[in-house]
Amino acid sequence: MDRTIRVALAGNPNCGKSTTFNAITGSKERVGNYPGITVERKEGCSCVHGATLRIIDLPGTYSLTAYSMEELVARQVLVDEKPELAIDVVDATALERSLYLAVQLMELGVPVVLSMNMMDEVRQKGIHIHTRELSARLGVPVVETVAKSGKGIGKLLKTVVDYAQSEAIKEFAPLHIPYGPDLDGVIQRMVDRIEEEQFLTERYPARFIAVKYLENDESLIKRGRSQGELGLELEAMAKEAEAMCERDSETYPEAVIADYRYAFINDILKDGVLEIEPTTNAHTRSDRIDAVLTHQILGPALMLGILYLMFTVTIEWGAYPQELLIAGFEWFGDVCTRILPDGLLQSLVVSGIVDGVGGVLSFVPLILIMFFMLTFLEDLGYMARMAYMMDRVFRFFGLHGSSVMPFIISGGIPGGCAVPGIMSARTLRSPKERLATLVVSPFMMCGAKLPLFIMMTAAFFPGSAARVMLLFSLGAWAVALLTARILRWAVIRGEPTPFVMELPPYRMPALSGLWMHTWERTWQYIKKAGTVILAISILIWAAMTFPRLPAEKIQSFDARVAAVMQDQQLSPQEQEMKINVIRGEQAEMALRNTVAGRIGDALLPATSLAGFNWKMNIAVLGGFAAKEVIVSTLGTAYSMAEVDPENPAALGERLKSDPHWTIPAVIGCMTFILLYAPCFVTVIAMARESSWKWAVFAVVFNTLLAYILAVIIYQAGSAMSG
Amino acid sequence: MHMKIPMRQLRVNQKARIVSVAARGELGRRIRDMGLVPGTEITIVGQAPLKDPVALRLKGFTMSLRNSEADHIVVETDEQEG
Repeated sequence: MDRTIRVALAGNPNCGKSTTFNAITGSKERVGNYPGITVERKEGCSCVHGATLRIIDLPGTYSLTAYSMEELVARQVLVDEKPELAIDVVDATALERSLYLAVQLMELGVPVVLSMNMMDEVRQKGIHIHTRELSARLGVPVVETVAKSGKGIGKLLKTVVDYAQSEAIKEFAPLHIPYGPDLDGVIQRMVDRIEEEQFLTERYPARFIAVKYLENDESLIKRGRSQGELGLELEAMAKEAEAMCERDSETYPEAVIADYRYAFINDILKDGVLEIEPTTNAHTRSDRIDAVLTHQILGPALMLGILYLMFTVTIEWGAYPQELLIAGFEWFGDVCTRILPDGLLQSLVVSGIVDGVGGVLSFVPLILIMFFMLTFLEDLGYMARMAYMMDRVFRFFGLHGSSVMPFIISGGIPGGCAVPGIMSARTLRSPKERLATLVVSPFMMCGAKLPLFIMMTAAFFPGSAARVMLLFSLGAWAVALLTARILRWAVIRGEPTPFVMELPPYRMPALSGLWMHTWERTWQYIKKAGTVILAISILIWAAMTFPRLPAEKIQSFDARVAAVMQDQQLSPQEQEMKINVIRGEQAEMALRNTVAGRIGDALLPATSLAGFNWKMNIAVLGGFAAKEVIVSTLGTAYSMAEVDPENPAALGERLKSDPHWTIPAVIGCMTFILLYAPCFVTVIAMARESSWKWAVFAVVFNTLLAYILAVIIYQAGSAMSG
Repeated sequence: MHMKIPMRQLRVNQKARIVSVAARGELGRRIRDMGLVPGTEITIVGQAPLKDPVALRLKGFTMSLRNSEADHIVVETDEQEG
């Protein structure tokens, strides 16, 4: 008999849920996000014992209270998709806390199979868990597993299949936990009314609804209001119970309910289920590591070292495959140039599509390496420590300890990249702090801004270039932190998210899981490159190509080139140089004539206040595609047919000879380029991680801020020096 | 002798038992979800470099919270203060 069993996989964060999921499904999985939010949704299949298991991976949660996005999603999936049963992965080393989720699943009426994970660690720590007794007392199957090595997974699957087909599951009733004399009376009255009117009972068990009203569950209360009168009546009953609790025992229903749940769990665990040998200290290894890694002085120093190492590995090692990819795309571009006839189609394919998409895909190695290390640190348990150490500082600026990672990767140490930086903000579980982090991370000195800064500082601040670079990098940090403070105060208001989080024991991550997770995240990035980024590349190409120079203008340049070619008195080198100059002038004129050029001109009244000329305007517009484009566009605008972005010194000389570039104008411009709108790959990453609304906000807000600062610097600087 | 004090005043390596948790709303819920309910034995195991947040051990695992959050929790210790 072949049948499909739909199974939800639940569990606390860090309980080994992902490892269990991978062990069950192998690589047959589908990854995506829940609609509208960034909580990951994974589904996978497994065929065992004549049945097909369809596993839905729920987000890791400690409870089903529906406060955080993860909890809300977990509950919705359980209620709306009605899986036949849930596998609850339990960190057996923290059994008592883990069962808190299990009993809530059972209260919701979901049949549960407990997968007691990490049983190897349990034994090492001198803890004895009598799983058979636990199973009898809870009334659900309990299987011992070690997900990391796959031990017990086969038995788990067999248990699930057997249980799904057993009589026991048909008789499964929602768990009934006594909540004490104060609350049980009111709960019963609420249950009677709920059952009388069949109030939401197609979704939740009656008692569950009553308890949630007492727990002040916003999501359910809101739904209840749309169901009519009884919703308000239940709210009133809950209020009454609250007043009574406060009067009698200076407490409130939520707290009472949690206490009784833990008391219920304690009752189950004592007398023959859980025995802890009193002599063993269960935590010595992690404690010893923490004594060093979170030490007052050593801790931050080591953290800086680790961040620096990560950063170096990402950028330096990533550079080789990145260069290979760039070379590959260049080769492909050359092939296209040869195959396609000269003209618009060739330009579209080569400059628009291959360069645009290639530029984005060339980041893939960096993202792969970065995510690999990030996932490693996360699974190892170090990320939580980093947040723990940085929290005090970042809280001052309205951020969360976990914000440090996105900052650093985005270019907190010059040369990073905001795209992986923003994607790494996923590790932030607090929505407000995360949003603020997303908006300000692109201020950092990313690798694409570096060539321009190196060129400008070398040309205009000879002798003190390094110092100026350092000042700009520190300035980026200052602006990012202060802006975050202002945003949290003005736009993204709200209380700081509590820092109540687990510091999981240090555990060596499983390599297979690491790879899988890294690849999932990277693949999402690649998929994006094929769609939105392609469209924007073409758009920007068009803006910098059309309209083209009138035919007679082109002819006049061609004629000048022909004249040089025929001049017998010039040596071939001299000829080449002169032709280069003429073609450069042509490129400058062509660029000024395009839509981008005209926009650049049109913007001049505004941007001249900040010390820009039309050439910088176009460069900055092009910089929206990718900041590297600023240097090459400036090259074109300054009549240089070709600029090697690796060696832009010649362009620096050219800029220096332009009297327009006074020191205040240079500093104003550099400030603007450091801070203005993130490049479009970053914008897309932002939209993915938050919403298009916030991505657009970042573009507008960051550009405005950059503009205002640039105007102030240019005007004040000019006034002082003039 | 039993002393009832706010959790913030505990020193590193000091053991205590939770007497009451006054936090409500999201904070209260997170605190309770993690198992910080009255009767629970806790040990402070560390402090972040700037003395805040603190790390504590309970029910076989380690977690952290800020001093401002610990203010909502009253604990009792067996030891004399100081």
